[in-house]
Amino acid sequence: MTSTALRSRAWKLLELVTTPLLPSDYLDLVSPLRAGADLRGRIEAVHPETPDAATIVIRPGRGWRGHVAGQYVRIGVDVDGVRLWRAYSVTSPTSRSDGRITITVKAIPDGKVSNHLVRRVKPGTVIQLDQACGEFVLPAAKPAKVLYLTAGSGITPAMGMLRDTRFADVVMVHSAPRPEDVIFRNDLHDLVADKALRLVELHTDTHGMLDVARLEELVPDWAERETWACGPAGLLDAAEAHWAEHGIAAKLHTERFRPTVVVAGDGGEVTFGKTGKTVAADGATPLLSVGEEAGVLMPSGCRMGICFGCVTPLKSGAVRDLRTGEITEAEDGVLVQTCVSAAAGPCELER
Amino acid sequence: MTAIDPTAHLTAEQIEELGRELDAIRDEVIASRGEKDAAYIRKVISVQRKLELTSRGILLFSIFPPAWLIGTAGLSVAKILENMEIGHNILHGQWDWMRDPKIHSTTWEWDHVSPAEQWKHSHNELHHTYTNVIGKDNDLGYGIMRVDEDQKWHPMHLGQPLWNFINACFFEYGIAAYDLELGKNLHKRRRKNPEFRARAKAVGRKIRRQVLKDYVIHPLLSGPSFLTTLAATFTANLIRNLWSHSVIMCGHFPEGVQVFERRSIVGETRGQWYLRQMMGSANISGSKAMHIMTGNLSHQIEHHLFPDLPSSRYAEVAVKVRALFEKYELEYVSGPLPKQVFSAWRKVFRLSLPNKKVKTPDRERELVAA
Repeated sequence: MTSTALRSRAWKLLELVTTPLLPSDYLDLVSPLRAGADLRGRIEAVHPETPDAATIVIRPGRGWRGHVAGQYVRIGVDVDGVRLWRAYSVTSPTSRSDGRITITVKAIPDGKVSNHLVRRVKPGTVIQLDQACGEFVLPAAKPAKVLYLTAGSGITPAMGMLRDTRFADVVMVHSAPRPEDVIFRNDLHDLVADKALRLVELHTDTHGMLDVARLEELVPDWAERETWACGPAGLLDAAEAHWAEHGIAAKLHTERFRPTVVVAGDGGEVTFGKTGKTVAADGATPLLSVGEEAGVLMPSGCRMGICFGCVTPLKSGAVRDLRTGEITEAEDGVLVQTCVSAAAGPCELER
Repeated sequence: MTAIDPTAHLTAEQIEELGRELDAIRDEVIASRGEKDAAYIRKVISVQRKLELTSRGILLFSIFPPAWLIGTAGLSVAKILENMEIGHNILHGQWDWMRDPKIHSTTWEWDHVSPAEQWKHSHNELHHTYTNVIGKDNDLGYGIMRVDEDQKWHPMHLGQPLWNFINACFFEYGIAAYDLELGKNLHKRRRKNPEFRARAKAVGRKIRRQVLKDYVIHPLLSGPSFLTTLAATFTANLIRNLWSHSVIMCGHFPEGVQVFERRSIVGETRGQWYLRQMMGSANISGSKAMHIMTGNLSHQIEHHLFPDLPSSRYAEVAVKVRALFEKYELEYVSGPLPKQVFSAWRKVFRLSLPNKKVKTPDRERELVAA
């Protein structure tokens, strides 16, 4: 018998001893980061970046498979006893030698998780982790000229890339309300001093919002550059329109932190079949939030309609895609993305 | 169904007002659930798992009497904690708000021969909805006992003290049987019902795993201590069964607790439902350790009013609930465990005989209380 087979036999035997629990339920008590456990991480330090942003140093569990610069990671944090999942860009380089990763979080008004992470979380806290994901990454072949167009916390994935890969010619156009609000300001200026970056730093409180048309004057060769843009929806919408207008949409890569909601309908009663709960939902609230509020265990992912981590069978009724307004009706095997779908009349989800 | 209705002095309006006041107590707890509560249940789970593991470890050497004694005591406490403060309450959804898939009513399985899924149906849906309604609430006499004077006496009831004792010793099997509604389903026609067969199969599977763990694998791992470990796990299960049976009897059986007729709950309002829970449950008084070991079912009244609030909050809720009992001049039935167990058993014995023509002292006591 091979050692793997032997080990699986021993594990089966162990399961007979621990039933109705699993051996891992006991191991988790002493070693939550071990290989083979659900992926978790331990917060080791919290470094303030600005008055309302901080970098969190996380030691990921043994199952962590690493990330590609620019990707984000989903973390599950218990805030006031309730597990909440959010996605944050990884801001540490892939080459970090101690195996730790960092995320950089900006506290947004009323943001439960962001405020908790920036202001209250204590080193030593164990959090839930997912493997890194996201398509907002550098291509295999290094582009000759790069532009990062960012604003606010949109700088975080760009910083992950900047720290990871050096380019011969890279420009960053970054907007923040005031100088003290610029996350990574010292790091950016160090890179400039090293001649590793040309930085255009805009302070919107004094200069107003960036008009994308001004790129012509700020970065005359912008159209030749492979561009990564991340920031508020307004900036990204304007950038996409601008690049499309010049027929170079393929050169622009964008990352959105939130889905754009275009259509909301009337809502209806949502039934969670497995849990046996029925709650009223409006037509604008994603079913994911509706379920979570009702205490139903909802799988979740990016919360913006990209990763499909939240898909759930729709057993009856209809739901509306909040991004397009499209209606999906229940049929055998129909799965819906609960993070971007709202009730369109009464409906039932298999949760 | 008692001769004198102890709630007769309340007007319909008062009952609805009482309901609103109870709703407010509930809302207050829900708004303040948080980190402390989450830390509490995680702590209990962690202590229980460590205690169980340690006790089972000690029992590997159960051939030595001190090891047997300590191991058996530890395993009994671990099993009680697991069923009462942890399993029962998690399966009620008391901790679902934490959104932790490892501590959730839809994923939890407990150290009990009745599969969580079936128990949740018979307990959460039937018992908690139809609390103390004769003919609807299986917990009331478990379908084998006479629990109220108004129920017709049958010679079979002579044996009910014995049935009750046997049920107490093998309580988890008794529960599995009535979660299956075995009495009703063993009729020839129903036995073939595929839905029943599937459920019976699930129970069989669960029993097999439980028995294999406690009576085969663990004794085998003990080597020369095989027999003593077997005796230890059997004893621990017996103690757990007797304990949980006693606690549960104290919840609805002691003198002073009301039972209800089927037709009395037709068209019941929220306020009336609350009132039935108040009159149909009894508490056990005692120390903090006592409350934890009963899974806070010592706060049975509060648990029945708010089955899905975290058990760690029942003690503070009890103060407010008790004040409402006083305000509305209702009897809050509560007493120390030995007294309540005695009271419940006395009722089992008394009702095993046909009603006496003259009123018993108990009936008079109720008249006075009313």
